[in-house]
Parts: sequence; C-alpha cells; structure tokens
Amino acid sequence: MGGHAMFENLSHFALQQYWWIIISLLASFLVFLLFVQGGQTLIYRLGRNETERSLIINVLGRKWEFTFTTLVTFGGAFFASFPLFYSTSFGGAYWVWMLILFAFVIQAVSYEYRKKPNNFLGSRTYETFLLVNGALGTILLGTAVSTFFTGSQFSVNVNNFSQWETPTHGLEAALNVQNLSLGLAVFFLSRVLAILYFFKNIDNEEIIKRARKQLLYDAIPFVVFFLTFTVMLLLKNGFAVDPVSGVVSMEPYKYLHNLIQMPVVLILFLLGVVLVLLGIIRPVLYFTRSGDKGIWAAGIGTVLTVFSLFLTAGFNNTAYYPSTFDLQSSLTIRNSSSSHYTLTAMSYVSLLVPFVLAYIVYTWRAINRKKIDAGELEDEGHVY
Amino acid sequence: MEASLVDWSRAQFALTAVYHWLFVPLTLGLSFIIAFMESIYVRTGDEQWKRITKFWMTLFGVNFAIGVATGIILEFEFGTNWSNYSWFVGDIFGAPLAVEGIMAFFLESTFIAVMFFGWNKVGKKFHLASTWLVAVGANLSALWILVANAWMHYPVGMRFNPETARNEMMNFWEVLFSPVAINKFLHTVTSGYVLASVFVIGVSAWYLLRNRHQLLARRSMVIASVFGLVMSLFLVLTGDGSARLMAKHQPVKFAAMENLQDGQTNAPLVAFGILKSTSDEHKTEDFLMKIEIPNVLSYMAFQDANAYVPGIRDLIHGNTDRNIIPVDEKMVRGKLAVAALKDFKMARKEGDMMKADSARKTFEEHFSYFGYGHLNDVHDAIPPIKPTFYSFRIMVGLGMWFILLFVLTLFFVLRRNPVKRRWLMYAAVLSIPLAYLASEMGWVVAELGRQPWVIQDLMPTSVAVSRLTASSVQLTFALFAITFTLLLVADIKIMTKQIKLGPKDGGTRHV
Repeated sequence: MGGHAMFENLSHFALQQYWWIIISLLASFLVFLLFVQGGQTLIYRLGRNETERSLIINVLGRKWEFTFTTLVTFGGAFFASFPLFYSTSFGGAYWVWMLILFAFVIQAVSYEYRKKPNNFLGSRTYETFLLVNGALGTILLGTAVSTFFTGSQFSVNVNNFSQWETPTHGLEAALNVQNLSLGLAVFFLSRVLAILYFFKNIDNEEIIKRARKQLLYDAIPFVVFFLTFTVMLLLKNGFAVDPVSGVVSMEPYKYLHNLIQMPVVLILFLLGVVLVLLGIIRPVLYFTRSGDKGIWAAGIGTVLTVFSLFLTAGFNNTAYYPSTFDLQSSLTIRNSSSSHYTLTAMSYVSLLVPFVLAYIVYTWRAINRKKIDAGELEDEGHVY
Repeated sequence: MEASLVDWSRAQFALTAVYHWLFVPLTLGLSFIIAFMESIYVRTGDEQWKRITKFWMTLFGVNFAIGVATGIILEFEFGTNWSNYSWFVGDIFGAPLAVEGIMAFFLESTFIAVMFFGWNKVGKKFHLASTWLVAVGANLSALWILVANAWMHYPVGMRFNPETARNEMMNFWEVLFSPVAINKFLHTVTSGYVLASVFVIGVSAWYLLRNRHQLLARRSMVIASVFGLVMSLFLVLTGDGSARLMAKHQPVKFAAMENLQDGQTNAPLVAFGILKSTSDEHKTEDFLMKIEIPNVLSYMAFQDANAYVPGIRDLIHGNTDRNIIPVDEKMVRGKLAVAALKDFKMARKEGDMMKADSARKTFEEHFSYFGYGHLNDVHDAIPPIKPTFYSFRIMVGLGMWFILLFVLTLFFVLRRNPVKRRWLMYAAVLSIPLAYLASEMGWVVAELGRQPWVIQDLMPTSVAVSRLTASSVQLTFALFAITFTLLLVADIKIMTKQIKLGPKDGGTRHV
C-alpha cells in the first residue's frame, strides 16, 4: 500500500501475532473502562439522595461512550483479524452474546433519557437499566473470556463453517466454576475501579465516605475470585498446538508453562497484579495522601493483567478458542486469521491508534480538569 | 436449512436495521446543520445563534443515544445470525467494520463529550472544531459501513481461496472505491441530509404556526432549506447513478423494481402503477393500471433511449438473442462449482495433487455462479416484486415533494411572510414522518430487491445463516422488538416534549 513496504514483508505469522497483540490491548482497555459498568451498580449503594445519585451518574455519563466504543471496536477488530472466531463464537455462543448485547442496548439510552421530562419509562427504569448493564455486562464478558482457557463445545467443518454442539448455545459456560470465577472477578474489579475513579473525580464528602467503606467489600471478593481463577488456570491442562502440523493436544500445566516460557508476559502479569493490589491498598491505608491516585495504579495494573492473560491464551503455540467437543476444531491465531493481504491492510489502519489515543487523552483532560460537584451540574448545559 | 430459521433471521436483521435507520439519517444531517449554526455563532458572536445551536443539539443528543443503542446490535448480528456469511466474506467485510470503529466511532464519541460538556471548559474554537468533528465522525462511520454493504451487492477486489473456503481481499482500494460503494455512500448520506433538513423545517414550521420562537424558526428554516435543496440535487444525481449501476450489476433487481416482465428496447418508465393483487408462485405480476413515460427506462439504465432492457422472464429463462444465460444453466454451473470445491478438499485430504488441481480448475471456471448452486428453483432468483416496485415509487415521489418543499420554504422565508402560508407550514410539519418513510423505502428497494442474495450471485441468505433453532431467533426477535419499540416510544415522547419546551433560555426575539 504505502511507498515503503512496512507490513507487507512481515510473515503471515508475524502479522497474526501483531493482531493478537492489538486484540489483547483492546480487551485490556475494555476491562479497565468497565469501571463505568461497575459504577452503575453502585449508584444506589453510594448515592442516598437524588443529588448524590445524579452526581455519580453524571461522572460516569461523561465516560460511558468510551467503554461502549471500545467494545464495538473490539468486535470489529476481532472480525477483521480473526473472522473464524467471529463466526464461530458469535453464531455459536448465541445466548451469551445476545444477552451481552441486550445489556449494552439498554445502557446506551439510559444516561440521556433518565432525567428528560416525559421519558415514558421513568427515571427508576433507566437507573435499573444501568444496573442491569453493569452487572450482566461485566459478569458475562468475564465468563465469555474465561472460555478462552476452558473451551467450548463446537465443531468447524472442512469449509470452516461452524456448528455449536450444545442446545444451550453458550449459556453452559456459566456452569463452569472457573468461568464463573472470572466473571465475578471482573464484576468486583469493575466496582473497585469505579470507587477509585470516584475518589479522583467526585467532590462530595458523603459519597466519598461511603465509597471508602465500600472499597474493601468489593476488593476482597475480587481477590478471592481472581485467585480462584488464576490457581485453576495454572494447574489445569491446556490446549497446545503443534506448530508444524497444527494438531491440537492437551498439555498438563500448559498455561503455567506459557508464563514460564514467556518471561516478559509473566513479568507483565505479576506487575499488573501488584499494581492493582497497590491501587486498592494505598487508599485504604493513606487516604488523604494518595486516595485519588489509586485509579492510576489499579487502572494500569488492570490493563497489564488482562493483556498478559490474552497473550497467555493465544501465544506460545496455544489454541485461544479451544473446542472440547472436537480438539482439532480449536481456533488458533494461525488457523482463524484473515489473509496476509487483509492483515497487512489493517495493520496500516492500526497506525491510527496512537493518534486516536492522543486525542482521547487530550479531550479527556480538557473535560476532567477538575472534580465534579453538585454546583457544576447546575451550571452545565447538558445534564444526565 | 430450515426455512423458518432463514425467515426469522432475516426478520430480526430487518427489524434492527429498520429501527437503526430511524435514527441514523437525522444524526448524519443534523450534525452538519448544527455545525453550520455554531460556525455562524463563532463568526458573528451573536448569542441568539448559540441558543439556536444548543436547541438543535439537545434534539441531536436524544436521537444520537438511541442510534447508538440500535447500532451495536447490527454489527454483532453479522456474527450471531449470519455465521457462515461471516466466515465466507469476513476477510473483506470485517475490515471496514474495524476501520469504522478505529477511525469514526472514537472520533464521534470523544468529541461529542466536548460538544455537550465543553461549553464552559474549552475555547470557542476548540468547541466548534469538536462539533465539526462529530459531524465528520458520524459521516465517516456511514462511509465504512456502506462500503461494506455495497460490497455485498457488487463483490470486487477479492478472490475465492479454495484452501480456506472463503473470499480473500486482493485489493483494498478496489473495495473502497468501487463505483457502487461511492455511489451508495453519497446517495445514502445525502438522503440523511435531506431528512434532517425536512425535520428542521418541520419543527420550525410548528413554531411559526404556534407563533413561538420566530427567530429560531426562521433562521433554522433558511439553513435547512438551502442545505436540503443543494443536497437534493446530489441525491437525484446519485439516485440516477444507482439506477445505472443496478441495471448493469443487478439486472433482476432492476427489472423487479419496474416489474418489467418482458425485455424491450425503448423501455418506458412506469411513473405510476398498481399491481394486480393476485400473484402466482412464479412471481409474474400484472398491472391493474399504469402510466408510462416512453423511453425513459432505457435511458435511465443505459443513457440511451433505444437501449434494450432485459425483463424478468429473459433473465430467468434466458434469451439467446441477447446472450442472456438462463438461471437453470447458472444453477448447473453453480452446482459444478460446489461439487468441485468438495472434490478439491477431498483430493487435498488424500494428498492427490493431480486430482486437486483439476478440481480447482473446474471450480474456478464456474465460481462466478457459485451461489446458484444452492438454489432449488429458477424462480428463487427473483426478488419479491411488489414491495420493491412500490417502495421505489414512494421514495422517488416523496423525494420530489421535498425538493418543492425546500424551494417554497426558502422563497417564503426570505420574503418574510411564511406564517401567512399556513398550508405550507402544515405541509412542512406533516412532511417529517414522510421523510422517514422515504428513507426507509430506499433500504427496502436496496435490500429486498437483492434477494435471494446476501452476496450477489455468490451466497444466498439460506446458506449464510447461523445454525440455530428457529425458536431461539424468534425469542431474540421478540426481545428486541419489544425493547426497541419501548425505546422508540420513549424517544418520540422525549423529542416532542423538548420541542414543546423550546430553547432553554427563550430564543424568542421577535423580528
């Protein structure tokens, strides 16, 4: 495409890895941005009257579109780079994805419509929509991602047309302890991140006081569920791929091996976990000094942890979307990707990402320059 | 594949698309109208313009939220309900969707936050730039999704790879700059501009009838009628372009749109027609009555009044004089391609390279009719005629009326006595729902008219569908039908309330 070949000369496998890294990055930013969803489940817990609740909703309302857009872009990028995942998982685990979509459909209108006069369903309904989105969205996304390690029951035929092999079409994933642990870990993490975000962005003593009390009630279950997931992950048999023949087989301690064999990923993982814990512990111990810094540590920590988990799922000759029904139907980054040409073209498009990030950061700072209090809501023309 | 599964999957996609398209065109056009208004404000410093801008921005926000809500479903539905399609063309189709996210959605959602919350936080110029970027972002997202849609009607820039059993992109620029894509993009966005203009004029007319917010109404009417008029010209031009491209690349759709059963030279255009209500299974529709304009159809299709336009019967049963292959022959060749692909796969599995090579050759020879290999009856290749025929006429007729509306509105507003023309003001208000109707009809022509194909000639809807049970899809259909309907009612109620309330701080300086 360009005058100087930049991506054209890369091997197909190198491009597949590059795109797995981009997918992993999008996923990790998405999980961080789920703090909006976590916050939506805390509206009534932290806001005792109308003013307080409005304050919380407006603080979240300035960011919800980023989460939403990241989810949509994650879907689009996955489609463009690994279409076999898109066709297999979305068409197969139908109910999981449909419920996730439903949860996001009702979110999209709720901020804008909640306070508008004559809004037909009433404020409480829109607040309930936000609650449903927050709970269902996080738990189901976490559960769905966990199947990258635990596998699903599907088959892919010779023409790469896929077929789900359970009548529950994805809902069966919720019956697996490890999947559920990750789902709940994501749910509680999103609430932790929301609380840390409130520390930084809400100027209201009562809300902050309640949020400080709430922090450990979410942090402890998060740690418990996350540890459960991680221990099970490290001890379980994983889905290994023979790089030459492409044959998939079970390998004991595969994911533990992946971390040991990819020390950079291991370091990112440990660093991520430590940062998340640090982000939680410091506001607990020294609130006045570092209460509003927790979101930085925990946010970066979340991104690093999720990123390293995705690399563990897809790199080092691992099937990232395994089939327990037929091992050889499992998806790997090699057998499920787009063509060399398409990945090359898309790689040029990916060069826009730093530019996009730059303007997001720039405008985010322009809007978030100071904490939000009730007074600002009165001055502002647009209130949710 | 179960017939009711295909029908329900189509119904669900149609439902989400129709709902989504209720909100998108207003977003596309109103974002520019707002940007014009704010530009005038920044230029002149006239606070009234700021009020006007903010008023329309409020309506924009209400409409935008529900557009986002209905849009996310569409993107994921390609995977959830059209799984085989997603694989068959994902190598080409996925790319525009990803580019849409990276290039357009972030632009839109980032700067929309500045647009709504930045009035007191960023400078005037930064704010104005944000408003423009929202408009650009919205329209860019339309570009990419329409490129993807156009490719389904006119697949170019790709090659089928029998190894992976899918179409693979060979040329990104051919996909992006395909004439069908460019034309479709321009025709669709300009239709959005026209709809938004009708909307702004209609709401303003309502104020004039009520004798409220005169300044806002008049100023908005001037902007909207000029914008609407200019864009209508592009709409007509690109509509003409669509017809020619359709005649060339989708002749059956073109014939169905006109209910042209038998081909002819100097073909007339049916300006007005009523189809007989009886319809047999072979879709031969007769006219109850019609008014024709001689030669126009031939000219529309091929820019030559004497040109031959093939009819449905020619296209289905063939016409040796005109070198038109009958569908049954295409079906034979399609089945050869399908079988050859199977042979190829088998030979590769057995390691028989000779056999694989010969199967590949057979496959490539017949691939252009691949989709016909899945049809059961030659008449399956005919799209539903009635809805295509009528929706085209409704769309064009209303488009003509909007042009007249823009001209009259502009004329009377500039002469400063539009209120005295109460009939025109009433007509303007009533035109709002008509603009939505026209806009939806355009998609009915485009999408029903191309049945049975999801990818023209290569993949029918029956093959593209995900292997679910029909009852699962019925359930999600019901879920979304109820949800979207509730949200639509909420949207309309909020919108009308906001219009009744009018601009926040008056905007009622009488002139």
